[in-house]
Amino acid sequence: MDMIAQIEAEQIASLSKDIPDFKAGDTIKVGYKVTEGSRSRVQNYEGVCIARKNGNGIAGSFTVRKISFGEGVERVFPLYSTNIESITVVRRGRVRRAKLYYLRSRRGKSARIAEDTHYKPKAEKE
Amino acid sequence: MRSGIIAKKVGMTRLFMDNGKQIPVTVLHMDNLQVVAQRTNEKHGYTAVQLGAGQSKVKNVSKAMRGHFAVAKVEPKRKIAEFRVAPENMIDVGAEITAEHYVEGQFVDVSGTSIGKGFAGAMKRHNFGGLRASHGVSISHRSHGSTGQCQGPGKVFKGKKMAGHMGAARVTTQNLQVVKVDSERGLIMIKGAVPGSKGGWVTVKDAVKKAAVEGVPYPAALRASADNTVKPEPKQDTPSEPSSELVTDETPANGGEE
Repeated sequence: MDMIAQIEAEQIASLSKDIPDFKAGDTIKVGYKVTEGSRSRVQNYEGVCIARKNGNGIAGSFTVRKISFGEGVERVFPLYSTNIESITVVRRGRVRRAKLYYLRSRRGKSARIAEDTHYKPKAEKE
Repeated sequence: MRSGIIAKKVGMTRLFMDNGKQIPVTVLHMDNLQVVAQRTNEKHGYTAVQLGAGQSKVKNVSKAMRGHFAVAKVEPKRKIAEFRVAPENMIDVGAEITAEHYVEGQFVDVSGTSIGKGFAGAMKRHNFGGLRASHGVSISHRSHGSTGQCQGPGKVFKGKKMAGHMGAARVTTQNLQVVKVDSERGLIMIKGAVPGSKGGWVTVKDAVKKAAVEGVPYPAALRASADNTVKPEPKQDTPSEPSSELVTDETPANGGEE
């Protein structure tokens, strides 16, 4: 293992984040820490994950899209951000793409994603 | 003025801080950084320390340099550089400098050889705008355009920015912040990018444009020979191992010749 990979692995271990297994197409809820002045609270952001980038490494990120007041909103979260309180999978989706950018040009019925009823959690590999 | 260091660029990564910020950092590795020679006012007319970093196979080191390393009683180094120091900040020959030489939060200047770009056009090399995509421009969309006036000067002025070799030059990036120091592995993490490619050698010095920071060790953070505690005072530590290795490497060659 080269030194950069080692440093990143150590940092991931020290952050001790509990990241569930999710992929593009899943509906997820992100608890994001928001600081207003001195007060900080957790804001939930729920939507469809339309892309995951850079794998599970320290540089990993994911994009969550939702329709807010009739307007499409996308937010990109770093996977290991210290501002993320929690990530929960609300619904598993069955999709045939890794990046669901085609959802941007769709509205309503055609933007639906079928539920993956045969989801099996991956066996824990050590 | 205290000594700088020689380090190897390992690569870049990011650090997540507790306040939710992420910082892009360049990881620099200090590998066997030792003082190889001193430059003194009496002998050379200026004061400086010559540092060596990395390790080199004895067979790849020239005979002259082998002798130079043998005098200092250090293992052959891969990279050597000189740093001007004030006379009171002189470091003993053979002393090993550790990563604690820099403290978190301080600013440094990093010099290295930038990545070579070969023969580059004026757009890439000098950020020229190029010509238009349409309106009659043909073939020369990325050209530099006019290089001067008419018969008036009748020549192109010296220093005119044109296409040519780009990169592979010594570049200094100033005022980079030290984010993290890992003295156990000899790592320094610096915010932002530093010149050069991964595996390239860079020199790090205290920032010239920032005031001196409190808490930095003078003359340098040195590794003590007996234990691994760092002491601010220079200590006489001449590692016995490297010198004996050098001798054993050279004796068979001499014996064969005679």
